Amino acid sequence: MSDVVEKTLTALPSLLSLDSHPGSAKLSSTSKLGNLIRGITELTSKHEEEKLIQHELLAIKEQVSSPNTTMMKELMVRSIYCEMLGYEASFSYIHAIKLAQQGTVLEKRVGYLAVSLFLNESHELLLLLVNTVLKDLQSTNLIEVCMALTVVSQMFPKDMIPAILPLVEEKLNHPKEIIRRKAVLALYKFYLIAPNQVQHIHNKFRKALCDKDPGVMTASLHIYLQMIQENPDAYKDLTPSFVTILKQVVGGKLPMDFNYHTVPAPWLQIQLLRILALLGKNDQSTSEVMYEVLDESLRRAEMNHNITYAILYECVKCIYTIHPKSDLLEKAAKCIGNFVLSPKINLKYLGLKALTYVVQQDPKLALQHQMTIIECLDHPDLIIKRETLELLFRITNAQNVTVIVEKMLEFLCISEDDHTTIDLVGKVAELAEKYPLKYNEWFIETMNTVFSLGGDMMQPDIPNSFLKLLSEGFDSVEEDRKLKLFAVNSYVPLLRGEPGKLPQRFLQVISWVLGEYSHLREDLEPAEVLSLLAKLLDMKNSSSETKSWVLMAMTKLCKGGTDASVTQEVSETYSSSLDTVLRQRAHELQYLSQDPELRARVLPRGSCGNFAFVSEALAAGAAPYKPPHQRQEELDQSKALSLEPYGLSLPISMSSCSITDRQSPTLLSMSSGLSGDTLKLDGVKRVWGREGYLAQREPVEEAAQVEVPSPIQSPGRQGEGDSLHSQTPTQTPTPEPEQEKQQLASSLFVGLASQSSVSLMGKSEPTPQRFRRKAKGQGPGSSFNASEQISSSLISPPSAVDNLLCNNLLDSNNASELAEQTSQLSQRLTTANGTCHTEAELTEPDTKGCNPALRRDNCVVAADPGPHDDPGRLTEVCLDSYLPAELSGLSHSEIAPLCANQSLNLSACHVQKEDSLILVVFIINSSESAIQQMLPAGEMTSHSVAVGQYSLTVKRPAVHVEVVGTVSYQLPAGTSQSLQFSYKVPLTSFIRPFVVSTEEYGTMWLSFSHDTKQNLTLINDNQEPLTATLNALKKKLQLHVVEVIGMEGIVACRLLQDLPCLMHCRVNAGWLAVWLRSPVPDLPDCLIYHCQRALQSL
Amino acid sequence: MVCTDNIDFTIPLQPAADRRMIKFVLMVNRQGQTRLSRYYHSVELSRRAALEADVVRYCLSRKKDQCSFVEYKDFKVVYRQYAALYIVVGITDSENELSIYELVHNFVEVLDKYFSRVSELDIMFNLDRVHIILDEMIQNGHIVETNKSRILAPLTAIDKMVES
Repeated sequence: MSDVVEKTLTALPSLLSLDSHPGSAKLSSTSKLGNLIRGITELTSKHEEEKLIQHELLAIKEQVSSPNTTMMKELMVRSIYCEMLGYEASFSYIHAIKLAQQGTVLEKRVGYLAVSLFLNESHELLLLLVNTVLKDLQSTNLIEVCMALTVVSQMFPKDMIPAILPLVEEKLNHPKEIIRRKAVLALYKFYLIAPNQVQHIHNKFRKALCDKDPGVMTASLHIYLQMIQENPDAYKDLTPSFVTILKQVVGGKLPMDFNYHTVPAPWLQIQLLRILALLGKNDQSTSEVMYEVLDESLRRAEMNHNITYAILYECVKCIYTIHPKSDLLEKAAKCIGNFVLSPKINLKYLGLKALTYVVQQDPKLALQHQMTIIECLDHPDLIIKRETLELLFRITNAQNVTVIVEKMLEFLCISEDDHTTIDLVGKVAELAEKYPLKYNEWFIETMNTVFSLGGDMMQPDIPNSFLKLLSEGFDSVEEDRKLKLFAVNSYVPLLRGEPGKLPQRFLQVISWVLGEYSHLREDLEPAEVLSLLAKLLDMKNSSSETKSWVLMAMTKLCKGGTDASVTQEVSETYSSSLDTVLRQRAHELQYLSQDPELRARVLPRGSCGNFAFVSEALAAGAAPYKPPHQRQEELDQSKALSLEPYGLSLPISMSSCSITDRQSPTLLSMSSGLSGDTLKLDGVKRVWGREGYLAQREPVEEAAQVEVPSPIQSPGRQGEGDSLHSQTPTQTPTPEPEQEKQQLASSLFVGLASQSSVSLMGKSEPTPQRFRRKAKGQGPGSSFNASEQISSSLISPPSAVDNLLCNNLLDSNNASELAEQTSQLSQRLTTANGTCHTEAELTEPDTKGCNPALRRDNCVVAADPGPHDDPGRLTEVCLDSYLPAELSGLSHSEIAPLCANQSLNLSACHVQKEDSLILVVFIINSSESAIQQMLPAGEMTSHSVAVGQYSLTVKRPAVHVEVVGTVSYQLPAGTSQSLQFSYKVPLTSFIRPFVVSTEEYGTMWLSFSHDTKQNLTLINDNQEPLTATLNALKKKLQLHVVEVIGMEGIVACRLLQDLPCLMHCRVNAGWLAVWLRSPVPDLPDCLIYHCQRALQSL
Repeated sequence: MVCTDNIDFTIPLQPAADRRMIKFVLMVNRQGQTRLSRYYHSVELSRRAALEADVVRYCLSRKKDQCSFVEYKDFKVVYRQYAALYIVVGITDSENELSIYELVHNFVEVLDKYFSRVSELDIMFNLDRVHIILDEMIQNGHIVETNKSRILAPLTAIDKMVES
């Protein structure tokens, strides 16, 4: 179709003769309008245009006052032309209203059209239209009703709404859909300009929403979008309705003529998605209602047409706005990938925009597309570049701020658009101010560039807040001094150079800073500063505002004596200035320079007098400062900027570690990718897409890294490793520009991953979830929550657990007095490991163990007679055989005596199962009498053994986990007794190997936020030290060695089922540099302790 | 000193129209001459010509392979070229650019349907009708109708009445 349009439009010049064309046939070429149009098409200059239009205006004016209304329509169109070209035709306004009032159908419509084009909504002539509208609304001619409603929904005087409201409301019940639809739109207009007037008809809006005609329903959505925007809570109940509507639209239930290029009502879909986003925001239950239809929308919109992408974009935005659902997020993220990777530039742009929105929710997504982002940053189209910077602005953290700011400044240098400059300068300043402490010099230098580039266009708040920051300083006095000194140091050469080229604002900043802080630089004589400042006064282009800043600075600096001549001269020159402010300043300078005492009183050093007005204004109730771009952001709710610096959430150890340390893991995953099954290195982004380039090493080093021959490979990788080495010379050197990009990526996206899991806290954590899903089954007590509970007792909840426990032990004891036990159950197991904040939770004993335990009990009886004089011996020799059968095959720790009293003897051991740790407690009745009502074992005959098993989980890791328990029992005499015990288990008993692929490792690594680093001793025997050390650790701590490449190795383990810990090891100067990461606090620290112990004990 | 006693500076409630909306629709030819202009927010007549010239210059300077969305001052501009004619739509930043880009095409398709093979001259000689069509599609900066036959219904009804 568009081809047709192009063809006919290309043929235009030949049609300008106006003769043969069908469209123009209706108008004779000799008509006045025809003449005007011809005149307009033949224009060659602005001057000619003016002449033509002025002439035309005169002609219209003359004709318009004649009573010949048949010409009126044409006159109106001619007036519209004149106004369109920018020439006012105000004399025709009243005639437009007249035409609307008196004309026949088309004339009337043109009259209304002219009114809507000529007048703005507050124009007083609009009042004259009310009667016409009123009349037309009551017309029997539907076309006239239609026109009236159209104009009402475009513009209507607010005060006159009551006059026509009943008529419009009436139209809501009109049999014709077009009338109903236009009535709804008119009500929407009323809602926009006077919401109070239509408050009483909200139920009619609902009726419109449920209208059988899709057009009427669509019109009502405008009202709902508006109302929901203002108050989403009031319309939550409509969510299912909107969902149903969207489902029907997506499912193709609308008549065919609503389709656009076979896509059903795309703009309606977009509207509905926007509404759903508003409703589902921060509301889980409402969001859940819409998951299905969103999924459906994503699925349906697979056709390759722009409009489906427009819908997808809205869908993705909706998914990332509402309460998150992981698989939808995954699909949406994939969808964004299709956008940004698209060769179509419009889609790429929209993809970047979507990404910009989404990274505020999930900064990690930027990592996935980092290479595309880098490419877009170098895109020849400035718009793409600009949008990319917008994206980067939102992922800025303390680590990448310097690179991102550098990129922004680069763009500023080439941008010619003032608005962009102002906006970007504001953003750079905002970023620079957000992270000033760490990079003193960088901050000052960046701000210098901002001032130079932003010039005098930039927001005045920027220099003001800069000076405020400088004067108020930070917590550290020393840092403050350094920052100020650096500012002084950087300004002096600027003034010595060519200050004439600097923008006025910058000069003002410089003079203020020099006035306040130049004393910090000891080798700088005030006299020199004064003369530099005086030079500014002499410059021709210095504004008087700048001059007054300079004079104030000089007032602060002058001390009399040698400086006197300069100040004297200056103050004399300006005390006769015509500018009153300058004259005032000059007088101040004069008096204060002569009276040091007064000067010290008026201008004490370090008082930032300039800002007194700020606090005064604040005290007087003024609104606090907000940069304009921020204000705009706030207006623009849907794109609200998170002002929380991402960097804050970084683990502290991160910033203190050296750069090479930080870089190693990804280098590793990089090389592992090389040795993996894909050796085709054509699309680097494919291989590295997920883990990213976070921390890239120097290209040279990288090449060297791969070439290091490492004879020891993990067995499975041996062959591939060999082939890798034979091929290294040809494939290692990545193309130069690629490497640059990778380096850039590493510096841009650093810190994103580690912060992501934190920033997502409370929302969704895609990666951990994915991980959790993989773990097979979770034991009942293994759910990991950071409960602060120190002790966990088996007693609560009383009934179920206790009964289970009792029955179990009862069975194992073959006792019969079941009835008496349940009441007094009080065995407690608690952890007491205060220093480590450890917790162990006892879960109910494995019920499956009942029967075997019962069987074992026979042995108890059998073994009974022998050792009954020496219970101690019994423990050593025979307790082994009391182990429940299902545990006997597994390795268990040495059975250690716990405690004893005159009647009971307790021993325990722990058994490592794959998914749990079982604590087995042996209770030996060493007395001659039976023990009654013992808990948890019920009744015990003399010299018998009861066995209890408890599955342990770790809630918070500690180096050792201590379990504390109590056995309470009743002696035959009837006295209740209890025996306390404690048992210590090293954390290593909970550690299990964790089998992951290198890729999974990479993904997880990025998402874990808790980390620790340490250097460990390497084992130096004949073997390759890294492998030897890793093997030793593997053997001792049950770690899983994921991969070893060259001098690096990655190792993974988990704490029982679900708490992973990743370890990255690198041989560095005779040490093994180990970096551990885990989603669990303290786990890395505890594990590193055990690693140390394990290696020391060798 | 002037004391500002709790003066309430609350900004009047911003209608949604200001947050997400179409600001204007322009039809301009390659020479930069305006063929149609419709503003959905108030812009003084005297400032319109300059704004149009600016926007058009910007769009004309762009190559075919460049992005159809550009930034202009504090808003975005979506443009689409049909032979010598450019249709330029100014929108706020939060509007969906691609949906507007397609809306433009829908508009052209409607014109094409009405004029059966629309040309720049059709637009010039029927400026009033093109406006009437546009008014059916966009009101107050919002898309109110996209169904082609429904867009054209009122206008064809008028035409029929004029003929009879």
